[in-house]
Amino acid sequence: MPTTTTRGVTSPAPAKAAEARPRRGLRGSRTFNFWLFSAPFLIGLAVFVYVPIGWSLYLSFFEARFTVTPSDFVGLGNYREILSDSGFTGSLGTFTVFAAFIVPTTWALSLGLALLVNRLRFMRAFYRSVFFLPTACSYVAASLIWKMSLFNGVRFGLANTVLGLFGVDNTAWLANPDPPWYWLVIITARLWLQSGFYMILFLAALQNIPQELYEAAAIDGAKRGWQTFRYITLPQLRATSTAVVLLLLVAAYQAFDEFFNLLAKTTWGRPPLVELYYTALGQDQNYGKGSAGAVVLTVLICVVTLFQGRIMGFGRGEESK
Amino acid sequence: MTTTAPDTGRRTRRGGVMSSTGLYVATSVAALLFLVPFYLLIRNALSTDPEITGENWKFFPTDIRWGNITEPFEDPTVDFGRSMGNSLVIGVLHTVGTLFVCSLAGYALARIPYRHADKVFYAVLVTLMVPAAVTFVPSFVLVSSLGWVDSYRGLVVPGLFSGFTCFLFRQYFLGFPKELEEAARVDGLGYWGAYWRVVVPNSLNFFAAIATITFINGWNAFLWPLVIGQDPSAWTVQVALSSYMTNQTVNYHLIFMATAISILPLLFVFLFLQRWLVQGIAQTGIKG
Repeated sequence: MPTTTTRGVTSPAPAKAAEARPRRGLRGSRTFNFWLFSAPFLIGLAVFVYVPIGWSLYLSFFEARFTVTPSDFVGLGNYREILSDSGFTGSLGTFTVFAAFIVPTTWALSLGLALLVNRLRFMRAFYRSVFFLPTACSYVAASLIWKMSLFNGVRFGLANTVLGLFGVDNTAWLANPDPPWYWLVIITARLWLQSGFYMILFLAALQNIPQELYEAAAIDGAKRGWQTFRYITLPQLRATSTAVVLLLLVAAYQAFDEFFNLLAKTTWGRPPLVELYYTALGQDQNYGKGSAGAVVLTVLICVVTLFQGRIMGFGRGEESK
Repeated sequence: MTTTAPDTGRRTRRGGVMSSTGLYVATSVAALLFLVPFYLLIRNALSTDPEITGENWKFFPTDIRWGNITEPFEDPTVDFGRSMGNSLVIGVLHTVGTLFVCSLAGYALARIPYRHADKVFYAVLVTLMVPAAVTFVPSFVLVSSLGWVDSYRGLVVPGLFSGFTCFLFRQYFLGFPKELEEAARVDGLGYWGAYWRVVVPNSLNFFAAIATITFINGWNAFLWPLVIGQDPSAWTVQVALSSYMTNQTVNYHLIFMATAISILPLLFVFLFLQRWLVQGIAQTGIKG
């Protein structure tokens, strides 16, 4: 790890001794400077990250409606309530369906775009920019375009206009959960928004593949195209692919904006955070139950990220340099 | 890295299964599909409502209504101008604040030897496991107890302490050339002076990349502003856009114009800072 080597070089003397006699008063003291530099961040981290998590742990054991300083201890009651709430458990199901769709499709599309752009000889920057441009849009803006124009349920929506040319009747994309066309709307919106970003990651990885591998394969008689892709490109991209899949999973877990806006006022298609929003901040203002839900979701995501840390290590920033 | 790959090597790969023409046709079709939403946005923003909702599809408005540009700002139901102003202020404060606290802490963790630095670092790493969005209920509870609902403080301050940004700065500073700092030390500067006079000026590329990504995230954020901005006067532009979608009356050309205007600042950021942005993403793998 670079951590140890760096420190070893800058402080040949044991850290204890350095701390015991600061060389140039306060200004040169390492301990003082360490805290001077990191205190603003660490205080903020404690107050705005650690305290809320601790507080919600506390609230989750109390009956707390419309108040954040409750006195009515209910033990695991909130947990029992939230875990038997069909809305909450259903939202975990919604996340599972969502992830099952969005992770593979984004992975494939962004890899496909990266492969295309990587082979271009002219106008490469132009095409890269076009695919990357949607990243500038917010999920709210995309939801608005998707809901009001692209997948508008009446005849002047673009999708219905195009289908109308083939004699297909108007489809109520979002207003009807059966058949669940709303998934098409949600998935395409997110695909459009995030594929360009992951394409950039794949492009960087593609450019790091040593060309000698392809040359050696050509000498060995490997056919260009599928064979080199399957046996050179794909294995060389394994680290990036894994990272992308895990990033996509964590992003899908936090999905809120497009579900909230596209499916406003509906009872179907609620992922965990939307469900939690209505539980804690809706009519009920049930902070106890909402906090229990937040704790459950936090524990679940911790399991995923720990797994992620195992696979990728924490040195993601270093490997690409 | 790109430059080390010999250009000739790449050329040998071309012309495989996919001929050059086929390659460009495929890429162009994909590019056109990616541009369709932008086309709809601009077409609707510059049309009249009867044209948008008419029986027959109109590819372009018969006469382009540039006058639509001012309409969101004159709309009495949603104070769009104010929401844009709020977003700008919040975006800038969010970016400057995040860069300030996270870069300093990242530097301390990377370069200032201290006995307990590893413990502090673990305390930061632990927070990486929990995405901020997942804890929005507890954060709201805290911020509302502080009485910060509907204020810039409430919208900005809780988002400044990103463990991930701090981590990225630490990784970056680990690779920062030590000779520069040593030269500053020889010139009699302390840690603080060396940081501002030598380290920061020589790291502007990295700061620019992180700033771009942070600003985009701040501008496009929705969940937290929705939770905190309960009064319309504290709405950000994203919350204002969202309110259009649930309004009783729908003014198509107005809400599309408003959406187009909301995207405009980021398009500028994209056009002028794309180099840093792409670099930053490739280096760090964080979401823009």
